Amino acid sequence: MIISRFLRRGISTSTSPTRRWSWWDHVTQALKDPINAVTDAFLADPCPYKINLGVGAYRDDEGKPVVLQCVREAEGKIGATNFLESTSTAISSKLVEESAKLIYGEDSDVIKERRFAGIPALSGTGACRIFAEFQKRFYPDSTIYFPDPTWSNHRNIWGDAHVPDRTFHYYHPDSKGLNFLALMDDVKNAPDGSFFLLHPCAHNPTGVDPTDEQWREISSLFKVKNHFPFFDVAYQGFASGDVERDAQAIRIFLDDGHSIGCAQSFAKNMGLYGHRVGCLSILCNDKIQAVAIKSQLKQISNTMYGSPPIHGISLVSKILSNPDIKALWLKEVKVMATRIQRMRATLREALERLGSPLNWQHITNQVGMFCFSGLTRAEVDQLAKEFHIYMTHDGRISMAGVTTKNVDYVARAIHEVTASDRDTKILHNIGAYKAYTFDPGGKKDRTGTGAVI
Amino acid sequence: MASSVFSLASATPSASLSSHDIEKGKLNLRNTSLCFKKEKNNPFMKTKSFGRISMVVASNVSRFEGITMAPPDPILGVSEAFKADNHELKLNLGVGAYRTEELQPYVLDVVKKADKLLLEKGENREYLPIEGLAAFNKVTADLLFGTDNPVIKQQRVPKNFAVATVQGLSGTGSLRLAAALIERYFPGGEVLISSPTWGNHKNIFNDAKVPWSEYRYYDPKTVGLDFEGMIADIKAAPEGSFILLHGCAHNPTGIDPTPEQWEIIADVIREKNHIPFFDIAYQGFASGSLDADAASVRMFVARGMEVIAAQSYSKNLGLYAERIGAINVVCSSPDAAARCRLCSILSVYFRVKSQLKRIARPMYSNPPVHGARIVANIVGDAALFKEWNAEMEMMAGRIKNVRHKLFDSLSSKDKSGKDWSFVLKQIGMFSFTGLNKAQCDNMTNKWHVYMTKDGRISLAGLSLAKCEYLADAIIDSYHNVS
Repeated sequence: MIISRFLRRGISTSTSPTRRWSWWDHVTQALKDPINAVTDAFLADPCPYKINLGVGAYRDDEGKPVVLQCVREAEGKIGATNFLESTSTAISSKLVEESAKLIYGEDSDVIKERRFAGIPALSGTGACRIFAEFQKRFYPDSTIYFPDPTWSNHRNIWGDAHVPDRTFHYYHPDSKGLNFLALMDDVKNAPDGSFFLLHPCAHNPTGVDPTDEQWREISSLFKVKNHFPFFDVAYQGFASGDVERDAQAIRIFLDDGHSIGCAQSFAKNMGLYGHRVGCLSILCNDKIQAVAIKSQLKQISNTMYGSPPIHGISLVSKILSNPDIKALWLKEVKVMATRIQRMRATLREALERLGSPLNWQHITNQVGMFCFSGLTRAEVDQLAKEFHIYMTHDGRISMAGVTTKNVDYVARAIHEVTASDRDTKILHNIGAYKAYTFDPGGKKDRTGTGAVI
Repeated sequence: MASSVFSLASATPSASLSSHDIEKGKLNLRNTSLCFKKEKNNPFMKTKSFGRISMVVASNVSRFEGITMAPPDPILGVSEAFKADNHELKLNLGVGAYRTEELQPYVLDVVKKADKLLLEKGENREYLPIEGLAAFNKVTADLLFGTDNPVIKQQRVPKNFAVATVQGLSGTGSLRLAAALIERYFPGGEVLISSPTWGNHKNIFNDAKVPWSEYRYYDPKTVGLDFEGMIADIKAAPEGSFILLHGCAHNPTGIDPTPEQWEIIADVIREKNHIPFFDIAYQGFASGSLDADAASVRMFVARGMEVIAAQSYSKNLGLYAERIGAINVVCSSPDAAARCRLCSILSVYFRVKSQLKRIARPMYSNPPVHGARIVANIVGDAALFKEWNAEMEMMAGRIKNVRHKLFDSLSSKDKSGKDWSFVLKQIGMFSFTGLNKAQCDNMTNKWHVYMTKDGRISLAGLSLAKCEYLADAIIDSYHNVS
């Protein structure tokens, strides 16, 4: 929409001091970020037993935010030398090196031969954005393929970098699992050499992850199609509790010799949300290319914000490079992931104990911080209005917000709101079940839920 | 060029592909145009077994094969070259980072204290809101616009303006947010930047796709301000342009307009319906007084003009590495009827703020917490704020002393009668020496004095002890090299 200069100002050209300034009159209210909007609504609610199942920030069993002990120990060691810009470069390099080891594996060839270009980034968002800008710069006509659904901000990130997006099938709403056949079809049908965004573990928002076998098939197909896989690694450690296990998808792609990119975030797995620490890395042919690519990435970030803040970088670098602190961190990640797994089991049991006829298997099948509940928009709204339980409109529940104290209440509330379309859902489930048991060709299960198509 | 040969096996129908060309197409690269040969392979074999069989070494050429090295940053590149030099008399006058008399980096005492307080408080590390830490946003706007200052309140600050403040990643990040806002809401709107200006300004506007042009600023003949040129160029710009102004301590020249000149600049901007866009990276470093250095911005706001202002705490609090700053958009509506005025201002305020947030979310989601807490603690605490003022005076004072010593050394050593007084007149961390590129090269090659090729020296990197040496170098370069 072209706004003429005259309209834009909407003032007379007199030099009277009482002239009205209306520079910003045409600026409209931006849509609220859907995830933050949930938090806003939650904060505005005066109800004392309200529950926030919106944003994916870990809470302990008391519902309180957690500062990890490993973070406190690292902080104690850092001190004020942090602020000297002379040490910044060294610390940043250390962060990149340690982050790369964490995701690609200490013993991988990529690490040994230093065949990667990396820069610290402003958590996962920042890493994705720098990559999107880099992709636009060197592949100006390319698009990006997102899984359907994906984190709501992905579209904004690549959008603001002027890279158009498409989706590939991912979530199967009936099985609440992976729609593997359709996924492979879409990967096959995409033009050769397309860019794909993949969640290597703990998919956000669905919690649905491919199995290792499925990842291998995806990797093979990617190889055939020459696609470029870009991994958004926001939950390494949070899916299974084990950082090595959660990196499997990437290791599989590495084994197949793919050139890949990774956006790593330490917001969740180190509880460093507000510090904005992450890393963007891109695999290269050799050290020389790595230097060139790094210089381009740096240039992009220099015009956006310079460099990420040193405090967070120092913390992560210290945690990953100090063996004792790292060991402590790995224990703490396991504790967080285990608590979430326990809450999943507890919530599902509670719903089943209440006699809900609906199928709640997906609560424990899905992985990571989020559960794609299958609740409708109307049900989500009802949960907020009547029960003061807040989640995003797509029915995504942040399991981190569930505690032993509130899990029964949450189960009861979900049971209540789903009671109204109980009949429809029972019929639906019966129908679906029938389809699943019909197995003329003996084809292999693709949903990951145990149902056979 | 590596060719790729696969053998792929899978039982699933979806993976049984017919042969196809492995052509990735031309890559648009700087130096080379790399085109993959069309290869008609039939690499796929159907087998009956599940899973993959083998992957022959697939040494694909990287997707980013032909990417060339980005040009080195001219300012940071100076420090690199300095580090590599082993000469004992070497001097780094490149980057504008404050150094003590011993030429050591300096962590402010108030920063150490605030940092320690944070460590003791042990606050959580939750996400900040997209617009940043509320306490920080309040104090930063107050610091710049003086809204809390009773003296200012009594004077000319109009009652009818609201500042939409969003925490940004230092000056760079804040400028980028504003640039994106301009690109989105003023398509085709141009930014005018001074000639010369900080090198990264152009890059920021280029990457944000905001067109820019230059207004005359530096006069090499006088080594001072080309005021007539500046005014003429601002007048000639298309109505409704954005005029980028350095609030104080112009970078790289150190040349600031006088208060009278600022008034005329404001007149012309108002007359042409331009919007003033301030970059304030050195509040406190120009005169030593945080209030005095904000005078130019405050004067514009006092006149009821809507202003954009980017702030940075990199230099004045030494928080370079923590990336803390802010973008402020002053929204006013002095002409609206009183009862509508507040509503109309607040409406604009909320809308502008929402759009700045909309821009920040896909860039980094929310800003970093640490630097914001440090600044909020220092500026928000009376005792720490007072201490900061004192440290600010000390740092600015050291630079003023160095200027004087340099001027004295130049005047006494140079017998040619050249007027070196510009060294005293210039303000802030930098001085534009007037040396050309060849002369700058001489400074580096012969004297091991590192500076940017535009003739800028950072006085923050100069000690009293080295003034005489520097004077010798400058005199030699000026007179003996052309």
